[in-house]
Amino acid sequence: MSTYVLNLIAVRLLIAALTLLIVSFAVFFATAMLPGDTATILLGQAATPEAVAGLRTAMHLDDPAYLRFLRWLGGFLSGDLGTSYVNNVAVADLIGGRFINTMRLAGITTLFSVPLALTLGITAAMFRGSLYDRAVTILTIGVISIPEFMVATSAVLVFSVYLKWLPALSFANDVTSVWQMLQVYAMPVISLTFVVAAQMIRMTRAAVIDTINTPYVETALLKGASRPRMVLRHALPNAVGPIVNAVALSLSYLVGGVIIVETIFNYPGIAKLMVDGVATRDLPLIQSCAMIFCIGYLSLITLADIIAILANPRLR
Amino acid sequence: MNDRTLNWTPSDDAMVENAIRRGATRRELLHMLLAGGVALTASGAILGRATSAHAATPKSGGHLKAAGWSASTADTLDPAKASLSTDYVRCCALYNRLTFLDKSGVTQMELAESVESSDAKLWTVKLRSGVTFHDGKTLSSQDVVFSLMRHLDPDVGSKVNSIAKQITGVKAVDPLTVEITLANPNADLPTILSMHHFMIVQDGTTDFSKGIGTGAFKLESFEPGVKSVAVKNPNYFKSQGPYIDSFEYFAISDDNARVNALLSGDIHLAASIKPRSMKLVESQPGFVLSQTTSGNYTNLNMRLDMEPGNKADFVTGMKHLINREQIQKSVMRGLAELANDQPVSPASIYYNAELKPKVFDPEKAKFHFEKAGLIGQSIPVVASDAATSSVDMATLVQQAGAEIGMAFDVQRVPSDGYWSNYWLKAPVHFGNINPRPTPDILFSLLYSSDAPWNESQYKSKKFDGMLVEARGLLDQAKRKAIYDEMQVMISEEAGTVIPVFLSNVDALSGNLKGLEANPLGGQMGYAFAEYVWLDA
Repeated sequence: MSTYVLNLIAVRLLIAALTLLIVSFAVFFATAMLPGDTATILLGQAATPEAVAGLRTAMHLDDPAYLRFLRWLGGFLSGDLGTSYVNNVAVADLIGGRFINTMRLAGITTLFSVPLALTLGITAAMFRGSLYDRAVTILTIGVISIPEFMVATSAVLVFSVYLKWLPALSFANDVTSVWQMLQVYAMPVISLTFVVAAQMIRMTRAAVIDTINTPYVETALLKGASRPRMVLRHALPNAVGPIVNAVALSLSYLVGGVIIVETIFNYPGIAKLMVDGVATRDLPLIQSCAMIFCIGYLSLITLADIIAILANPRLR
Repeated sequence: MNDRTLNWTPSDDAMVENAIRRGATRRELLHMLLAGGVALTASGAILGRATSAHAATPKSGGHLKAAGWSASTADTLDPAKASLSTDYVRCCALYNRLTFLDKSGVTQMELAESVESSDAKLWTVKLRSGVTFHDGKTLSSQDVVFSLMRHLDPDVGSKVNSIAKQITGVKAVDPLTVEITLANPNADLPTILSMHHFMIVQDGTTDFSKGIGTGAFKLESFEPGVKSVAVKNPNYFKSQGPYIDSFEYFAISDDNARVNALLSGDIHLAASIKPRSMKLVESQPGFVLSQTTSGNYTNLNMRLDMEPGNKADFVTGMKHLINREQIQKSVMRGLAELANDQPVSPASIYYNAELKPKVFDPEKAKFHFEKAGLIGQSIPVVASDAATSSVDMATLVQQAGAEIGMAFDVQRVPSDGYWSNYWLKAPVHFGNINPRPTPDILFSLLYSSDAPWNESQYKSKKFDGMLVEARGLLDQAKRKAIYDEMQVMISEEAGTVIPVFLSNVDALSGNLKGLEANPLGGQMGYAFAEYVWLDA
């Protein structure tokens, strides 16, 4: 690997770190601007001025915002995520189990959706204009248009309420056997696959068709390469860049954007945790969740960039 | 004859059962049934069915799974900080109070054997002997002193700090006797002690995540925002219950998801379901609905010290412009009881039944608005999803106003921050008040001149005087007479329109037995876990 590529990658990583810092800053101050703080929200309607003042002092909320931000940043850099304002539990403990749950759900969905999407996208491009291509296109557009809460709720109604095949709730912690795991994950994974796979199929198809239209692929066809060989051997390597980017964008959604699926299946993941955090203005928790989402997003995008760089002979 | 009439639904069953529990007479029930269009011949069978629901014998064993509707990382096992229904349910399972309210709203003893006073100022509490905490320690008066005094410490952040402030001292006389001194006489103390926040914890507790109390269940695991599991306490001091072996509680915030989980058999109880979902539950065999009306209400507040509420005719006009029956029937789909602009609910023993709701009369309202010179002006009304159903209620008022030439500008604002930014502040706005156990608490919180939540800025010297007078009276009949008059005063003079009391409906699977409605709230006043059992 050339030093040029290494430099390119180093710059990417540096930009990623800078983005993280900016995001943490923005999230912190955006949260600080929301009306009310943890003390008033915890006390709710019962907030009398004395009670709020007492609780604020007990929670160190009356320090200036920049001081709290620096304190949090210092802790974060040394690996300490801080303590939740709301219940005095270490944020790492709150996030721990739920982070694993989110990763597990994201992982299973990825294993399921990426091969499916790539196969469908590439074959649709290969047989462009055929009945098969049109069927795939109509289905994917249909799936994109149906909101996921609709898919998820209908799945629960059919499979849990009427057929009673699957549990309506997905308690990831109760899983002890493979069969149970299939039961618990079936519906959330299918609902999520609907959302993420549809995007990937569309993007893959478009990227491959773009490359097929270039003169050099036409030359490959003229020299007598079969259609599959033309697409897989000649066109695909040049379409990898856009495809991995599309895949990365879709998958980043699985880290932080699955709040609806988590809510409908009562799946204890990290997206719901962050919503709770915002509702109670629990800054250390919000910050840590935001960092996890941001790191997840950045690593996927950076990984996609690196793959695209490595796949491109001109940059290699 | 078939004992099932065609237009009779399980929600009607729930309504009748609810009325029977509250002590409705047979005559009132027949009236209610006739109003519902049920033939007299059928009513006998219905009454028979409703009363027989409680005659079964409890069975022991089983794992109960129940779901509430609200959970967050702020879930706590510290009774002083309990704020969501899920917290109440967990605290009721793990701890006990000195007293509790039974299904008819009467105060009963729990950890206390007696709570007595001769002057309503110095109270003597005798504790039950031989009660032990989950860790084996014996309950003593020191625990009670600690549990009550901590509400006065601002660092604790107690939700009932303002109520607890009237306690000036708590003293352990001997291991089983406690003396409570109040700043001023208050005959309601035994009822106040039945509030969920006054659960008795162990002396010196700072870490509440273990949930060590004297309650019917011992905590096994607790993850805030996820779930809790508790197992039967074999040394429970009560002779009856708990019947179930273990109790798992969590929240499913989405209404549809909660109902679906119940219908698919994943849980035995789905708390507080919406009217929309009731039809779905009713259409499936093997499920029961339990309805409670406990005094929760959404009200329209007009500040009497600001335009346009400072014109008495505007306030009177609004009280006649609000269509209570329509709110009950179409907004709440029958899950409400008509109210008469005062906060004491029909479930309370102090409810003034003579005071009738004002009739919907747009012409009369128009007369008053004209007198106030407000016809043709646009009046802003602030509503939000934060106050249950207030947006729908505001729309009804707007429509009724349009017909008599009154323009209301309904401003729908976000839930987030509603209580600190709009409630109590906007000239005309909606509020939502949770049930409180005594008229004294409601009045001091909402209507006395110095009330912290005086929603309409109602100020009356006479009212304040009556409030203090009634508070110190140990004679219940005399207090009721005073409270009756105060309810009339609020209904006539204050700037608050309380159209209906909202009902709560819990849906249960048919094999969950023993759940009865309770005036402290749904899920049997949140204390159902130790009273229910699972039929095979």
